[in-house]
Amino acid sequence: MSEKQKTYFEIAVEKGYSRRDFMKFSAMIAAMLGLESSAIGKVAKALETKTRLPVIWLHGQECTCCSESFIRSSHPLVADIILDKISLDYTETLMAPAGYQAEKSLTDTMEKYKGKYILAVEGSIPVNNEGVYCCIGGKTFENIVTEVADGAKAVIAWGNCASAGCVQAARPNPTGATPIYKMIKGKPIINAQGCPPIADIMAGILVYILTFDALPELDRLGRPKSFYSKRVHDTCYRRPNYDAGLFVESFDDENAKQGYCLYKMGCRGPVTYNACGVTQWNNGVSFPIRSGHPCLGCSEANFWDNGPFYRHLTNIPGFGIESTADKVGLGLGIATGVGLVAHAISTNIRKRQLIKKKECNPEMDKTNES
Amino acid sequence: MHPVYVWELPVRFFHWIDALAIVALAITGFLIGNPPAIQSSMEASNSYWFGTIRVVHFIAAYVFLFNFVIRIYWGFVGNRFANWKNFIPYRKKQWHDIWEIIRVDVLQIKCEDNPNLGHNALASFTYFLVFLVFLLQVLTGFGIYSASSGAWFSSLFTWVPVLFGGDMLTRNIHHILMWFFAIFAMIHVYLVFYHDYIDWNGTTSSMIGGWKFQEEGKEEREKELEK
Repeated sequence: MSEKQKTYFEIAVEKGYSRRDFMKFSAMIAAMLGLESSAIGKVAKALETKTRLPVIWLHGQECTCCSESFIRSSHPLVADIILDKISLDYTETLMAPAGYQAEKSLTDTMEKYKGKYILAVEGSIPVNNEGVYCCIGGKTFENIVTEVADGAKAVIAWGNCASAGCVQAARPNPTGATPIYKMIKGKPIINAQGCPPIADIMAGILVYILTFDALPELDRLGRPKSFYSKRVHDTCYRRPNYDAGLFVESFDDENAKQGYCLYKMGCRGPVTYNACGVTQWNNGVSFPIRSGHPCLGCSEANFWDNGPFYRHLTNIPGFGIESTADKVGLGLGIATGVGLVAHAISTNIRKRQLIKKKECNPEMDKTNES
Repeated sequence: MHPVYVWELPVRFFHWIDALAIVALAITGFLIGNPPAIQSSMEASNSYWFGTIRVVHFIAAYVFLFNFVIRIYWGFVGNRFANWKNFIPYRKKQWHDIWEIIRVDVLQIKCEDNPNLGHNALASFTYFLVFLVFLLQVLTGFGIYSASSGAWFSSLFTWVPVLFGGDMLTRNIHHILMWFFAIFAMIHVYLVFYHDYIDWNGTTSSMIGGWKFQEEGKEEREKELEK
């Protein structure tokens, strides 16, 4: 504990990376964050001079796809340096200790870096039945998160689970799955949306905090603007087909082969804010739309309830399965038409005298006049 | 029968611009929600019909919004038939009149001549609700439009999708309300014909010329009833 802590650069060199690799990584991260070119130096300098950022990475109701995504970042340095045990003081899935030792490393970090560490949460918090649906070491996840967040400098909510509840918060949400921002108050919270979030976004957020000792600029939903200010639709390479009205009608048609727009296949690109079209996935190999599949909108709240995935219009609950606004609307339109015809018939019968301009109830008229 | 000037020029202009805008918005909106399957051998770079439909929708939306704003303004400076006080039922008498209209004209369980010259109480209240739907439609529409537009005006609406729980839900509300407009139009046109048919006061043509017709001495009686 007393020995001098190494900087990120020193660790990278130890791991066998050249300075060139290191600079490439700095430039890549700065570019992804949308920083100006002079910031590359700032990023590099921060990584060279600053010792590690203490991070406590908690896992709640989740599938670990955020961690899986993270280790598939575009640059190997991310996995080696940031995710490696060097940087993570506590994370259930990757750390060496178990049981009491693991709990001790958690409390040690909390005490030693009080007010300095970053709390990263992967997963939502179940609150129904006093939170029994997710317990670690005999404590509910709700208790753990509140306790750890208390001494944290900032909280990062990884993925849709921590940002919006994801699948476990979908109707009827049996466990009362709750996103972080509803539970933790008075701490800066970053929502790194997506199921999972793009690895480069995750790395970018951590490097930004390290370099500038501040949080990146966030939008109204607490997402970093540099990654979530554009819709997938706006950066989609199939967008010209949308404007030209060229749509895939079914997954096996000629239009699908031509690579037309997947809008009519239920693509959520027009309603989803993410950087998939720009950074793409797995070191820029592809992203869902490029692979011929419509966007599911995984970086939006309630995306499981906005289904079905392969249709653009959501089912309306309470009207049975397969009832969209158009079906309900058409039904109401027909009902209205029938009602109007009935009313017209009734008018001709009941208001016969009035139509012929005879007072239908002369006595009532007199009482009005008096 | 003597003529009464009911709908002033701005009200008539509002009505027809509104009607045209709604027709344009509903048709283009329906196409945007469910574009027709067009087989084309053309490259995307040579065609822009869907983009054009969207542009028409956006322009019509701006027309619809500012037309609506002018009508609200006219509710404060226009004549007694256009006044905003007719539309919000804050007096007991208005609720009483609404009930009367339901009995006389909707359920037809009471037979009586219609003493109203402008909107009747139920129609006024309905238009108040319609105006709320206008507002909701403008908010949801500009809310989902704000993401694709860099204009300062539409960026005033970026908070809307956040409030409604995401762009997808906002879009759905926008789509469902389109059906409200369609059904409203059906009932609206029917009732215009209905009132022309039973009231003999020129309801249909009044929105073109502005004049309605009233039996002699009825205006005085109406004013007396107001007291």
